[in-house]
Amino acid sequence: MIEQIVFYCFAAMLIFSAGMVVSMRNPVVSVLFLVLSFFSCAAIWLLLQAEFLAIVLILVYVGAVMVLFLFVVMMLDINMTVLREGFVKFLPVGIGVAVLMLISMGLIVGSSQFDIAAVASVAQHDPGYSNTKELGLALYTNYLYPFEIAGIILLVAIIAAISLTMRKPRTHKTPKPEKQVSVKRKDRVRLVKMKAEKE
Amino acid sequence: MTSELTFLIPEIVLFVLTCIILLVDTIGSSEDKSFIYWLSQSTLIVTVVLLVFLCPDSTTHAMSMNFVSDPMGAILKIFICAYTSVVFFYSYDYLKEHELIRGEYFVLGLFAVLGMMVMVSAYSLLTIYLGLELLSLSLYAMVAMNRDSQSATEAAMKYFVLGALASGMLLYGISMLYGVSGAIDLASLSAYISQQTGNNILLIFGLVFVVVGIAFKLGAVPFHMWVPDVYQGAPTSVTLFIGSAPKIAAFGMAIRLLVDGMEGLVDSWQGMLIILAVLSMAAGNIIAISQTNIKRMLAYSTIAHIGFLLLGIISGSQSGYAGSMFYVLTYALMSMGAFGMVILLGRKGYEADTLDDFKGLAVRSPWFAFIMLILMFSMAGVPPLVGFWGKWFVIKEIIAMGHISLAAIAVLFSVIGAYYYLRIVKLMYFDKADQMTAIKAGQGMRFVLSINGLALLALGFMPGMLMALCLGAFA
Repeated sequence: MIEQIVFYCFAAMLIFSAGMVVSMRNPVVSVLFLVLSFFSCAAIWLLLQAEFLAIVLILVYVGAVMVLFLFVVMMLDINMTVLREGFVKFLPVGIGVAVLMLISMGLIVGSSQFDIAAVASVAQHDPGYSNTKELGLALYTNYLYPFEIAGIILLVAIIAAISLTMRKPRTHKTPKPEKQVSVKRKDRVRLVKMKAEKE
Repeated sequence: MTSELTFLIPEIVLFVLTCIILLVDTIGSSEDKSFIYWLSQSTLIVTVVLLVFLCPDSTTHAMSMNFVSDPMGAILKIFICAYTSVVFFYSYDYLKEHELIRGEYFVLGLFAVLGMMVMVSAYSLLTIYLGLELLSLSLYAMVAMNRDSQSATEAAMKYFVLGALASGMLLYGISMLYGVSGAIDLASLSAYISQQTGNNILLIFGLVFVVVGIAFKLGAVPFHMWVPDVYQGAPTSVTLFIGSAPKIAAFGMAIRLLVDGMEGLVDSWQGMLIILAVLSMAAGNIIAISQTNIKRMLAYSTIAHIGFLLLGIISGSQSGYAGSMFYVLTYALMSMGAFGMVILLGRKGYEADTLDDFKGLAVRSPWFAFIMLILMFSMAGVPPLVGFWGKWFVIKEIIAMGHISLAAIAVLFSVIGAYYYLRIVKLMYFDKADQMTAIKAGQGMRFVLSINGLALLALGFMPGMLMALCLGAFA
């Protein structure tokens, strides 16, 4: 009973904050609402006894990704009024398409296909059960091959990002300190002997 | 476990060697990339040798059903590596000429090859998706590599956004399939489907999204919007790459998903693919007529060829799949040759990418006008060139399955398509050249391009060997 109440609270919070993410005028506020939605999501994971995923969601997404996101949003100074131009003009079409999609998907997915009875309930484990250990075992045995490929994808992402953003060393003239220090007097000053000239 | 890893040796070797090339490129700061280039070529050759050496004659699953080793996968992988090697050969000259040469081009190209190899030998929905992402990510970066070009950046952006959308669609379909069947590997998925009696609407729902994802990656109408822009905007060396080997990988992915995974739903996906095929052949062939840029024209021709490729899969028979495989292998060869010609005619600071650049080629260089003639006739499907046999095999299969009207439509559009291929022949042989500059290309480039063109002629006279190989892959 109490579990259900907690679930509905967090579910409502998730939907509310997700809605706020797309409707807020200020992008910084949007990002903060996104953080809130990740938190509610993590809480729902916890209800499913998937504590590892819940913690990772908070550590990785909220702790690392969202902070980076916030930095980018703050630095970029996006003019939202320009982005929102034509919003009202396309609104009727957008709503039409969305409603159509919703109805057609509701007819298919919402039917008895995903009935509670049809889906096996979540397995209950005793308190000593370690989610992390099970995930680790699965990742490094049955799913080793996909796991390695995912690693390679990340490597490619790094290579792509660096090769697309790194410019060649600048070609304009900058003083090179190491050369400035090692300069000897004879490199720069040339004594020229000449006869004294009479007035 | 050790015995399972032997199936993966080509992939592992390719990955390790690519990482070494990456390190060599980073440590050695020399501007001359010829060393990196030769390392990349030798990597591909080593991989091909390993693939040929380890070529399996039966189907084995490895890595907890995530990987399959079978003749079809092995043959596709050999062709992917071999074609990429030729692509690198053409690209090297182009990149050097246009001062775009960077070690990352080859490294990302090799990672793309790895992605394609993962795709064609994947046996779970998860691995298929990961292989596809590895391929796509490398391709996005390669398209964007020329940052000073506005059109390349625009093409990369378009490719990235639409590609991400397509991946999302595919993933959504996969999640539906997984949600319904609880199976992530293709064997359990097809076992689940074969148990189903009646119409399982959720399975079809997932299938629709998977088909959309495949159509996006192949570039079938109405999911073809990215193809012309990316082909035109990307540097020709990258267009050449996108137009050849990845098509083979996309074919492999389609076979894995639709045949290995969901052959039980054949009645459902047949109908969807028929719509895609007819639209692709129609739109591709008709829109190509009005193009003046040859890269764009070849992009629309790709779309039309994808329509033909789908015909073989539609037939739903083993020989039909073999026909499609024959089609994609030969099409990639033709596409490579055609873009190779665009590279051959270009020079420093000048891209020969308009149709007018082919005017009077017969006077400027009779030999290469002849090679282009072979390429264009082969694409149009004129016997005795290999393009004719590709079309013949798939249309034969379609008729054998009783889709006479579909075969008639295919022939009709192939006749319409012949117009724009023949127009290039007319430009080369009957028009006066605007410019008489001599073709400046290295001996190697001339040699390989000639071999590429003559291979189409040779295969046209002896299609039996390649066809037997394709039939063997599906036996």
